[in-house]
Amino acid sequence: MLGLNKKDTGLLIIVAILTLLAPFILNPFPEGSAMAQFNAGYPDLMQRFVIFGIFAIGFNILFGLTGYLSFGHAAFLGVGSYSAVWMFKLLSYNILPAIALSVVVAGLFSLLIGFVSLRRSGIYFSILTLAFAQMSFALAYSVLSNPKFNLTNGETGLQVYADDPQILQGANAPDLPHLFGLPMRATYTMDVGAWSFDFNAGYYLCAVVLMVVFYLSIRIFRSPFGMMLRAVKSNQQRMNYTGLNSKPYTLAAFVISGMYAGLAGGLMAAMDPLAGAERMQWTASGEVVLMTILGGTGTLIGPVLGAGFIKYFENIFSKINDNVLHSWFAFLPDGLEDAVVFVIHPFIGKGWHLTLGILFMLVVIYLPGGLVEGGQRLLNRFKRKKSNTDDATSGKTEPAE
Amino acid sequence: MDAILLQILNGLDKGSAYALIALGLTLIFGTLGVVNFAHGALFMIGAFCAVTLQKLLNLSFETVDESQKDFLGNPLKVETPYVEAWFGPEVGATIIDWSVPLAILFAIPIMLLVGYVMERGLIKHFYKRPHADQILVTFGLAIVLQEIVKYFFGANPIQTPPPDALSGSVDLGIMVGFDPNAIIYPIWRLVYFGFAVGIIGAVFSFLQFTTFGMVVRAGMADRETVGLLGINIDRRFTIMFGIAAAVAGLAGVMYGPLNPPNYHMGMDFLVLSFVVVVVGGMGSLPGAVLAGFLLGILESFASTTWATTTIPGINQIIIYLVAIIVLLTRPRGLMGRKGVMEE
Amino acid sequence: MAILRVKDVSKRFGGLKALTDVNLNVEENSVHAIIGPNGAGKSTLLNCLVGKLMPDTGSVLFNNNSVLGLEPFQINQMGISRVFQTPEIFGELTVMENMLIPIFAMRDGAFRMHAYETIANEKAVVEQAEAMLEEMNMADKREMHAASLSRGDKRRLEIGMCLSQNPRLLLLDEPTAGMARADTNNTIDLLKQIKDERDITIAIIEHDMHVVFSLAERITVLAQGTPLVEDTPENIRGNPKVREAYLGEAA
Repeated sequence: MLGLNKKDTGLLIIVAILTLLAPFILNPFPEGSAMAQFNAGYPDLMQRFVIFGIFAIGFNILFGLTGYLSFGHAAFLGVGSYSAVWMFKLLSYNILPAIALSVVVAGLFSLLIGFVSLRRSGIYFSILTLAFAQMSFALAYSVLSNPKFNLTNGETGLQVYADDPQILQGANAPDLPHLFGLPMRATYTMDVGAWSFDFNAGYYLCAVVLMVVFYLSIRIFRSPFGMMLRAVKSNQQRMNYTGLNSKPYTLAAFVISGMYAGLAGGLMAAMDPLAGAERMQWTASGEVVLMTILGGTGTLIGPVLGAGFIKYFENIFSKINDNVLHSWFAFLPDGLEDAVVFVIHPFIGKGWHLTLGILFMLVVIYLPGGLVEGGQRLLNRFKRKKSNTDDATSGKTEPAE
Repeated sequence: MDAILLQILNGLDKGSAYALIALGLTLIFGTLGVVNFAHGALFMIGAFCAVTLQKLLNLSFETVDESQKDFLGNPLKVETPYVEAWFGPEVGATIIDWSVPLAILFAIPIMLLVGYVMERGLIKHFYKRPHADQILVTFGLAIVLQEIVKYFFGANPIQTPPPDALSGSVDLGIMVGFDPNAIIYPIWRLVYFGFAVGIIGAVFSFLQFTTFGMVVRAGMADRETVGLLGINIDRRFTIMFGIAAAVAGLAGVMYGPLNPPNYHMGMDFLVLSFVVVVVGGMGSLPGAVLAGFLLGILESFASTTWATTTIPGINQIIIYLVAIIVLLTRPRGLMGRKGVMEE
Repeated sequence: MAILRVKDVSKRFGGLKALTDVNLNVEENSVHAIIGPNGAGKSTLLNCLVGKLMPDTGSVLFNNNSVLGLEPFQINQMGISRVFQTPEIFGELTVMENMLIPIFAMRDGAFRMHAYETIANEKAVVEQAEAMLEEMNMADKREMHAASLSRGDKRRLEIGMCLSQNPRLLLLDEPTAGMARADTNNTIDLLKQIKDERDITIAIIEHDMHVVFSLAERITVLAQGTPLVEDTPENIRGNPKVREAYLGEAA
């Protein structure tokens, strides 16, 4: 289907089902029940899942295929957000031109930074991208925000004010981001018994975009171009002596992933018309690295899983507090209950980053292929067990793809 | 003239911190071939050693002084630090006052231990892994260390004042013949600079004049050959990692009085220290020190009113700008060797 | 006609003269071996031919076009393929992919952004790659990761990748270094077969006399960065100067 083989089509369908049914899947607990706080089917949270998924898919095209580890991709996300908000300010709240501009501007910006950074490789490349991103952050935070020339509105963040021109904004158009009149905040709530599900226009827009860019990333992975990018990672010397110029290949991958980041930034602004410099900070770049690695570098679905995983647990963990823990471990004797809660306490609530850091280290050490590799190992073990019971002789490990 | 000197002096304290962190980073690059993203966290742990010691020294017990009343008429409760009770009020108060310099003694064994555990427990397993993996795992470690410190000490900066005798400023201008008040300089900055120079000197002479240092230098130049000589390089490198950790830690201990330590100070310094290492030349110890001071001073010049009015915000981006220019024109940095960390 | 002309090429590294006034002509459709003791400058010369090093003086003409100052990929596009001392292949990719890449490179040039195509749809390229794998006797290994091949198979694959581009000149840098005798003989047979079946010029740098004398039609002996003598294998064998400079030492 759509020029994909069976396996990839299956993958695309899984992603489509997961994103389209997310309002159900993420809200498994009835409203008002004790577990309702672990529901994640709120529009803004679901939007974040999908937007960071797009960001990570793009990052993976660069890092997963070529092996170039950029520590500055948040800069492109930030540039995308700023461009989108400027479109809101100058043209109108219609998100289409805004998102188009954020992709274009992020593409141009990444072309510039990529052209310079890719003159070096290895750790030098990582540090160059880091330096560029930190510089962009400083530029956005203070340099480009002075009374004479205010491009970013500094600490406050760029937003739309009543006296902005908005030359194309129609009289009847909604006064917040919309797609041809359909506001991104529009939400239809469906109540089924005790359950309640939110269907949000903005989320579904992001979900459709995710499916499109996921499809494009499959095409890139399976194309001759994608194969060349893997060749860059594998052996640049051989590539060079095979008549291929590796620079434009890596630069193209860099720009594509920059455009994905810009798209994510534009969508972020489309969901909430505000752009701040902190989106460009290197910790934000680090986050997308975490997502990609945790999910599975160089795999198709890994980055989406990683982004969803991190954003989901960030949300859940910050909600767990000592009271919740006490209620969970109430069945234990009092002293033991307190001890268990005491041990878990540092890892929950505000301690989520600690958990994430440890988890990330464990993945890098023991599971370099991330969640995807973990899943495959489990599957293989399961298969092996099954085949062992079926036929004792055929119990061989299948090579992990 | 005096204005230029003042800016140079102003750049020395940050420059010292950059130089010390970059020195440790380079030692680890050069010896273990590992890119350590957790090095900033070591700097931060050092600073929190000073915080911890200060808290320990201020541990008090409460007594009720019947002879005095508080404003409600109740007997006044008096907090007396244990050290004052043990050593007498005067000596005790002096010890508390000098808690930051004393923390050096406290931090050295802790940092050596932290470095040892880190190297044996984690870094060792990453010698043969790609640099990207090393960056990633130490990045994770940095997050973990930072969050642990945040858990115990909170998110807010904690004041670590210098001893009274070393706080305040001196008029350096008079000493070198300028007008009075031309160069007023905080004493602790001088102390920090002197301390940094001392540490750098100690590390260099250690590498230069001891057999241990000679082997390490040889190992940095050509690990395989030295290994073939039957010398156990690995153990020495473990010790080198400990030393690098201690250098970063001590830089942190003494940095507290300049800027109250917080849990993310390590990350803030790490990014800049990496830039420093790259500018100095990956694998070159003198390059790291030189670039550290140069960039510190440059940053200070870029922070003058003249510079910031000419180009707003130049102080924020100057280091990155220099790094980008250096990397593109002199890819090996100011004093770098060929081919280090290129793959 | 000489397809490769090296004229007055010199190269120094600091105080060390690696090459001094090297003149060398490789005739079209011949097998030309360059031999010499360690440190004679063989690898330096090779690197000057493929764009890795820039000689200080002199010229290198391939098919009457200068190759000096060009990047390795440009030189490859002119029709020179290189086989390395240790096989340089794409270890993480499959054998089939390894074979596809040079064919794409030949068809599409140094860069083309065919990001929306699927490889399976590129029927002509796939067929060529399959044919080449067949020729190299590696069709059964097409889905294996190249890194997991044996040393001899890696060498075959690398040679196959070079041949798939139909190069006019094939440069081999000690192709049998570190190989077991059986693998060496297999490689010699493979090269003989290539020489017989194709219009191709082969320049080979080799240490192993057995390989040189079984393949070469002309031999240049390099000593201390300068050509000592150039002649047919029979004459080289009997040349006392060569014996002194090289064979005596090697034997």
